[in-house]
Amino acid sequence: MPLSSKHLLGLYDTPVEDIRLILDTAKTFREVLERPIKKVPTLQGQTVLNLFFEASTRTKLSFELAEKRLSADVVNFSKSGSSVQKGETFKDTVNNIISMKVDIIVVRHESAGVPQFLTRFTNAKIINAGDGRHEHPTQALLDIYSIEEKIGSVKGKKICIVGDIAHSRVALSNIFALKKLGAEVSVCGPLTMMPVNIEELGVKIYSDINKAIAENDVLNVLRIQLEREAGSSIPDLREYREYFGINAERIEKNNKDILILHPGPINRGVELSSDVADGPYQIILNQVTNGVAVRMAILYLLGTQN
Amino acid sequence: MKIKAQIIDELGIQRTITRLAHEIIEKNKGVDNLVLLGMRTRGEFLANRLQKKIQEIDGKEIPTGVLDVTLYRDDFRTRIKQPEVSVSNITFDINDKDVVLVDDVLYTGRTARAALDAIMDYGRPKTVQLCVLVDRGHRELPIKADYVGKNIPTSINEEVKVKMKEIDEVDGVFLVDSST
Amino acid sequence: MKVLLQNLQIFDPQGIQNEKKDLLLEDGIIVKISDSIPIDSGVEKFDFEGAICSPGFFDMHVHLREPGREDEETVLSGATAAAAGGITEIACMPNTTPTIDNAGMVDFIKQKAKGHLVNVHVIAAATKDRKGEYISPMYELKESGAVGFSDDGVSIKNAFILRKAMEYSKMLELPIIEHCEDESLAGGAMNESEVSTKLGLPPVPSVAEDLIVMRDILMAEYLDASVHIAHISTKNAVEMVRQAKSRGVKVTAEVTPHHFTLTQDSLYSYDTNFKMNPPLRSKEDVAAILEGLKDGTIDVIASDHAPHSPEEKDYEFIYAPNGIIGLETIVGLTLSDLYNKKILSLEKVIEKLVVNPRKILNLPLPKIAEGEKANLSIFNPDLVWTVDANKLKSKSRNTPFDKRIITGKALAAINNGKMFFEDEFISLSA
Repeated sequence: MPLSSKHLLGLYDTPVEDIRLILDTAKTFREVLERPIKKVPTLQGQTVLNLFFEASTRTKLSFELAEKRLSADVVNFSKSGSSVQKGETFKDTVNNIISMKVDIIVVRHESAGVPQFLTRFTNAKIINAGDGRHEHPTQALLDIYSIEEKIGSVKGKKICIVGDIAHSRVALSNIFALKKLGAEVSVCGPLTMMPVNIEELGVKIYSDINKAIAENDVLNVLRIQLEREAGSSIPDLREYREYFGINAERIEKNNKDILILHPGPINRGVELSSDVADGPYQIILNQVTNGVAVRMAILYLLGTQN
Repeated sequence: MKIKAQIIDELGIQRTITRLAHEIIEKNKGVDNLVLLGMRTRGEFLANRLQKKIQEIDGKEIPTGVLDVTLYRDDFRTRIKQPEVSVSNITFDINDKDVVLVDDVLYTGRTARAALDAIMDYGRPKTVQLCVLVDRGHRELPIKADYVGKNIPTSINEEVKVKMKEIDEVDGVFLVDSST
Repeated sequence: MKVLLQNLQIFDPQGIQNEKKDLLLEDGIIVKISDSIPIDSGVEKFDFEGAICSPGFFDMHVHLREPGREDEETVLSGATAAAAGGITEIACMPNTTPTIDNAGMVDFIKQKAKGHLVNVHVIAAATKDRKGEYISPMYELKESGAVGFSDDGVSIKNAFILRKAMEYSKMLELPIIEHCEDESLAGGAMNESEVSTKLGLPPVPSVAEDLIVMRDILMAEYLDASVHIAHISTKNAVEMVRQAKSRGVKVTAEVTPHHFTLTQDSLYSYDTNFKMNPPLRSKEDVAAILEGLKDGTIDVIASDHAPHSPEEKDYEFIYAPNGIIGLETIVGLTLSDLYNKKILSLEKVIEKLVVNPRKILNLPLPKIAEGEKANLSIFNPDLVWTVDANKLKSKSRNTPFDKRIITGKALAAINNGKMFFEDEFISLSA
C-alpha cells in the first residue's frame, strides 16, 4: 500500500492510514539502524535536495543521515533569510536549484506555505522539514513513534504539549496527527503562548503545569525560544521556569509514570530541569534515533512510489 | 489466477521438509555452526518448520531469523505497485556462521541476490546456502540452490503458488495460470 | 461628432429613473434624451439593449504607483483600468514614492491624468511623508486640488496628531480618510482565527482594526469633525459605525468587493493574491458587512486597487506585499454578489458607487439631462463573463478573481468627450 500523496506537506491533510503506514514502515528502518552496516541500497540513483532557508542543525543532520543510509545522492542548499533581501524572488531562487533535476526536496523555511508553493512548479516530491509556525510533520511522526515504542498505541492516551504553542510547528503537527490517531490531546502554557481558537482543534488547555503532569500520560515539552517573539509572551525565563518548568520534584509529586519528550535543543533550567532532562522519565535521545528511522521511512515511501 | 494442478499436498510438504532437514544436517556435518534465515513471507514459516524438524532429528534448537529483502530489490523503478516493506528479525550474530537462507520458490534469482546483499549488511558469514521448497527454473542471475524440495519445470505463463497453513488455509504447492 | 446611445435604461438619482431612453451626444454633451431618436446620417450609433446607464461610477480608493513603481501602475494605466472597469472618476491614495504630501506632487498627478477619460482626484497625505509626526500642508494641498487626506497603508499614528489633522481638515471641509489598524498589533499575514492557527501564518487580530475605528469615531465625535473609515472589514467595526451614525457622528465607511465576496478560508491555498490588508475575515464578518451595506451603515464600495508586480507576489507568503487590483472587477462583483443576490437594490448600488463617494469628497454629482456633460457608466447586470487576469488593462495581475465567473459587467464609460467601449477609447469630439 503506497502513501496517498506524493508529498509530505503537513499532517493536517494526511489521512490516518498514511500516518500509520509511515509509523509501521519506520519499524523496518529502526531495525536497519541496529545493523552493523546501517545502509541499504534502496534509493540508489535518486537525488535528494535538502533546501534549508532557515538555520537547522538537528533536523538537517537527521535528514541527511536518513538519505545517506538509503544510498540516495544528497545535495544541500542552506541560506538564511528571505529572498526579498537579495532582490531575487523566491520562485527564481528555487527554480534555479530545481533545474538541476532532483527527485526529492526536503524543505525548511520560515514562511508557512513554502512547501505547498514548491509543489506548484516542480515535479519533485516535497517533504516539509518545517515551515514557519505551520507544520513540522517529521518531528511529530518521530514523537509519536517514540511514544508508541515506549507505551504502545497513542489511542486513548493523554498527551499534553507544553510551551509556546502559538509559535510552534511541532505542536501543530503533533495535535493534527495525535487527534487522528485517537489520542486525547491537551496543551499547557501561559495564555499568551496559546494560538486563538486552539480549542477548535479539539484540545484542552492547562495553565497549571502540576495538573498537566498529574492528568497526562505523556508531556511533549517544547523549547522556549526567546528568539521567536516569545520574549513578549512571558515576563522572563525565571518566571517561566518557576511556573511552567518541569522538574523532578513536580514529577515525583504528581505523576511518576509520566513520559517526557522534547524535540531539542533543550533549554536546561528553563522548560526542563537537568534532573528531568537526564532522568528516567524522558526518552529524548530515543527521539533522535527514531527521527532517522522515521525520515528513512518517509523517504522510502515517497522515493519508491511510482 | 486459475489453479491448474496441485503438485504437492500437505503430506508431501511434510516429507519434503523432513528430507531437506536431513540434507542440511548431512551437508554441514551437524548443526553446531548453523543458523536459518527465512525470507518473508513463506520462507519464514518454512524456516520455522525446518528448525523444528532439525530439532526433532538432532535435538538442538538452531537460531532462526527472518529476513526482509524489500529494501534491496532492484525493481523499484519498474514496478507498478509499491512493495510492502517489513521488519527483519535477526537476534543473533551471523559472523562466521553457516547461514541457510530459506525461501518457498526459486525463480529468477533476484530475490536471492537481494537476500545475499542484505545478509552481508549483518556481518560476514562463513558460508551462505540456499534452501528452497520449489525451483521453477527461468533463472536470470547465476544463482543455484543447495537444497531443493522439488524441481517443477514451468512455462513463463505459469506460476508456482506455495500455500502454508500459517497464513493460508491449506498446505500445498499449486501450479497456477498467470496469463489471464 | 454625434453619437447615439440606444435603448438605455436610465437611472439618475437626480433625474430620470428606470426609463428606457435613447441618448444623443454631441462632442461629449448630452443634447437629446428621448424614447426613440431617429438615426441621422453621420451619427454613430451604439445599441445598448438590456443595459443600464447611470452617472459615472466613482472609485474613491485607488493606489496608482506613480511615482515610484511605474512598472506596477502609472496614473495613465490606472485611469485606463478604471475606464475598462466602467468607472469615470477615481481618487488616488498618497502612498507613492515620494509621498503625495505637497502641492507639487498633487500637480504632478493632475498633469499626468490631464486629458484622460477618467478624472483622477488626489487624496493627499494627512501627515508629512505619512509618518504621523507632523500634519501635512493641508491648506496648500486643498488649493492644489486635493480632495481628502489619508495616511492610507497605516493609521495616523497617534491620537494627538489625529486630533490636529481632524481639526485642521475640518476647517478646510475635507475629510480625513483612515486606514484603521493599531500599529502595535499589525504585521500579521492573515486574519487571526482558527484558520491562521491551522495554517501557521502570523495573524493580525480583528481588534487591531476595531481599536482604531473606535478611537477615530470618538475623536470625530469629540471634535465634531468628520472621518471616513476606509476598507471596513470587521463585524465590530460595522457595529461601531452604525451606533456612531445613530448618535449623529460624522462618520462614513467604505468596503471593498473582496471583503464582501471572500473569506479567510481562501487562504488555505497560500496564494499570495489572497493576501491583503485588512485581511480577508470570517464568514461572520462578511455577514455583518452585507448587513451594513443593506442598512446604509456602509456608504461606499471602493476597490482599494493595489497593484503589485508578479515578482513581489512571488515572494514567500509572509514576505509578499498586501493588496490586490480591483478597478476592473469592482462593478462586476457589486452587481454579481450584491445586486443579483438581492442584497442591494439598483438604487442602493448607485448610491454606493456613484452618489456617496462624491458626497464624502464634496465633488459634484453629474446629471443625466439635456445640456449636461456626459459623465456616464453603462453596465449590464445580467451579462455573464469570466475574469481573465491576463486581459486586464492594469499593469499588474494580482487579482484573486482570475477565472471567476461573474454575473454583471460594466460595458462602457463616458466622460470628458471620450468613451471607452469594447477595449478601446473612442473620441466623441469633432
